[in-house]
Amino acid sequence: MILRIDNLVKHYGPVRAVDGLSLEIGEGEVLGLVGESGSGKSTVGKCVLRLTEPTSGTIELGGTDITHLSRRAMRPLRRDVHMVFQDPFSSLNPRFTIEQIVAEPLLRHKVGDRREAARRVAAMLERVGLRREMARRFPHELSGGQRQRVGLARALVLEPKLVVADEPVSALDVSVQASVLNLITDLQRDMGFSCLFITHDLSVVEFLADRIAVMYLGRIVESGPTAEIFAGPRHPYTQALLSAAPVADPVRQRERRRIVLGGDVPSPMDPPPGCRFHTRCPLAYDECRTSEPLLNDPRGGGHPAACHLVTADRVPDAAK
Amino acid sequence: MSLLEITDLQVGFDTEDGLVQAVRNISLTLDEGEILALCGESGCGKSVTAMSVPRLLPPGTTRLSGSIRLDGRELTTLPESEMRKVRGKTVSVVFQEPMTSLNPSFTVGYQIAEVLRRHEGLSRQAAAKRAVELLELVGIPAPARRVKEYPHQLSGGMRQRVMIAIAVACSPRVLIADEPTTALDVTIQAGVLDVFRDLRDRLGTAIILITHDLGVVADIADRAVVMYAGRAVEQAPVAELFARPRHPYTLGLMNALPSAAVNGRLAEIPGMVPSPLSDPDQCAFSDRCPYAQADCRASRPPLERQGAGHLAACFHPGGQS
Repeated sequence: MILRIDNLVKHYGPVRAVDGLSLEIGEGEVLGLVGESGSGKSTVGKCVLRLTEPTSGTIELGGTDITHLSRRAMRPLRRDVHMVFQDPFSSLNPRFTIEQIVAEPLLRHKVGDRREAARRVAAMLERVGLRREMARRFPHELSGGQRQRVGLARALVLEPKLVVADEPVSALDVSVQASVLNLITDLQRDMGFSCLFITHDLSVVEFLADRIAVMYLGRIVESGPTAEIFAGPRHPYTQALLSAAPVADPVRQRERRRIVLGGDVPSPMDPPPGCRFHTRCPLAYDECRTSEPLLNDPRGGGHPAACHLVTADRVPDAAK
Repeated sequence: MSLLEITDLQVGFDTEDGLVQAVRNISLTLDEGEILALCGESGCGKSVTAMSVPRLLPPGTTRLSGSIRLDGRELTTLPESEMRKVRGKTVSVVFQEPMTSLNPSFTVGYQIAEVLRRHEGLSRQAAAKRAVELLELVGIPAPARRVKEYPHQLSGGMRQRVMIAIAVACSPRVLIADEPTTALDVTIQAGVLDVFRDLRDRLGTAIILITHDLGVVADIADRAVVMYAGRAVEQAPVAELFARPRHPYTLGLMNALPSAAVNGRLAEIPGMVPSPLSDPDQCAFSDRCPYAQADCRASRPPLERQGAGHLAACFHPGGQS
C-alpha cells in the first residue's frame, strides 16, 4: 500500500469536514475521490500532504505513519508525494519562470547539481508537452492548459510515489481538458505513480480511475472498482449522483430516470443523526434516522456501501 | 415573426491592444416558449452575444452594430431611459454566481419586492405577498419564512432559485441565463434546470441559456447555436445537432468529452483559438480542423443549410471532401 488512511478526522472548529474516513491506495493505482461541495474531499487531500493537521486518525505513506511527524521529519518524505491544484494560475509563482518553477522541488531536495537539475527540468517539460521556448516564459504568458502542464511537471519532476490531484481539470475548457486528461493517463502509465484524484466530475473519474470512493458529509458512503460503481451503484446517494449528471445525448438524457434529491446538503457543523444522508434519501426509514450504517460489503466484490438497505441479497433502488 | 431577432450583430471592445472583436456577424432568432442554448468554450462570444440584448455591456468601450429586435422593436437604438424599462421587465438575466448578484444587506424578500415595486408599481404589501408566491414558483420550501432571510443564510442552489425568482418577477418575455448551474453541484443543478423547464411550460418564457456544458444542452434546450471565435459555426434543433453534428468543431467538442473516450483515449482538438484581434478571410477553425483543405484557408465558409433548421459554416460538413 502506498497510502493507508485509517479513521481520519479533521474538524475546523465546529465544522466536521472529515469525520471518520478510511481508504487505501495501492501501488500504481488511481483512486477517484468523488463528492459535492462541502463533502470534505479536498480536506482529505490536504491531510495527506500535511498541509493541514489531522484532528485524529492515522495516515501512512509507504508504510510510515506521517500523521504527527514534525516538519523536519516530514521533509524527506515530501519527495514521495506531490500535489496538483485546480487553479494552475494561483498555484504557480508569477515571478518565477516555468523552468524555475519546475526546478524548485529538485533544488529543495538537493537532487543532483545544477546541470543535472537543468537536464531533468528540460526532460520533464518535454514529457508534459511544453516546447523548449516555454522554459523561459512566465506563468501569465501561458494558456490555462499549458499552466496545468507546468503544474504536472512540477509535481512529477521528483518522480513521486503518490500524486494528489485536486480538481486538476475542472477549470479547463473541454477541448483542453481532453488533452490534459490524456496526458495524465500517459504519465501515470509510464511513471507508475499512484494517484488520489479528487473531483466532483463523475465522467472524469470514469475515464481515468481504477477505483472510486464517494464521499458525503465527511464520510465515504460507497467505494469499489470504477466499472462496478457505474454499472451497479449500491448507495442511494451514488445512484442519485449518477442519475443527476446529464449525458450529452438528448435522446438518452430525456428518457433517463432521474432521482431528484429533496432539500439541501445539511451543514457539516451539524450532520444529521443516524445515516447522514437520511434527510435527502428517498428510501429512508426509521432505522436510518437513528443508527448510522457502517461501510459494509455484504455482497462482496470489494464494493462496500454504508447503507442499511444493502444486504447480501438486495440492493436498494432510489429511483423507485 | 420571432419574438427576438438578432441580425448581423457585431460587438467589439476597445482595449489597449486594439479592437477586440468578440462577436462577428451573429444572426439568430428566438421564439416564444423556446429554450435556445448558446454554447462554446471560453471566449467564443456566447455571453457577449446574449448580453447585447439587455445591453449589459460596458458602454464606453463597446462597439456594437447590427440589429436586435424584440417584438418588432429595435433595441440597439433605444435611449437608455427606455432601455431601463425593458431590462428586468421584458428581458431579464440570471447570472452564474448568485452570491455576487444578490445584495448581502437586504432580505431576499425585499430584493424580489424591489423589482415589483419599480417595474410593476406594486404597493409594498402587494409586492411582499407576490415575493412569497415567486419563491414558491421556483421551488423554495417554506417560502413565507425564506423571504425574511438574507442571502448568506441560503445554500448556493437556493440563492440561484432566488435569482431566478427576481428575474421572472415581472413575467419577462425573454430570460437570459448565463451559466446558471455551473457553480452548483450536480444534484442541485438538476432541480434548477427543472425550474427553467417549468417556467417555460407554465409561463411561456423564452430562454437563452448560455452554457459550456453539452450535457445541460442535451437535457433542456430545444435548439442550440455552437459558437467559435465570435461566430456561429453551427445551429440546429438539439436532437438533430447531437445525432448529426456537421461542423468539425461541434464534432470535436462532443468527442472530447470524457464519456466519449475510445480505447482509453479522448479525442483532442489540437492548437488554440485564434486571436480576437485579427480576422483573416478564412475558416477560423481551419488551423485545428482534421478535415481542412485548401479552400478552407482561401475564404470563409458561410452558414449553409444542412437539413431542417440545421445550419453549419463549413465547406466540408461532416468531414466530406
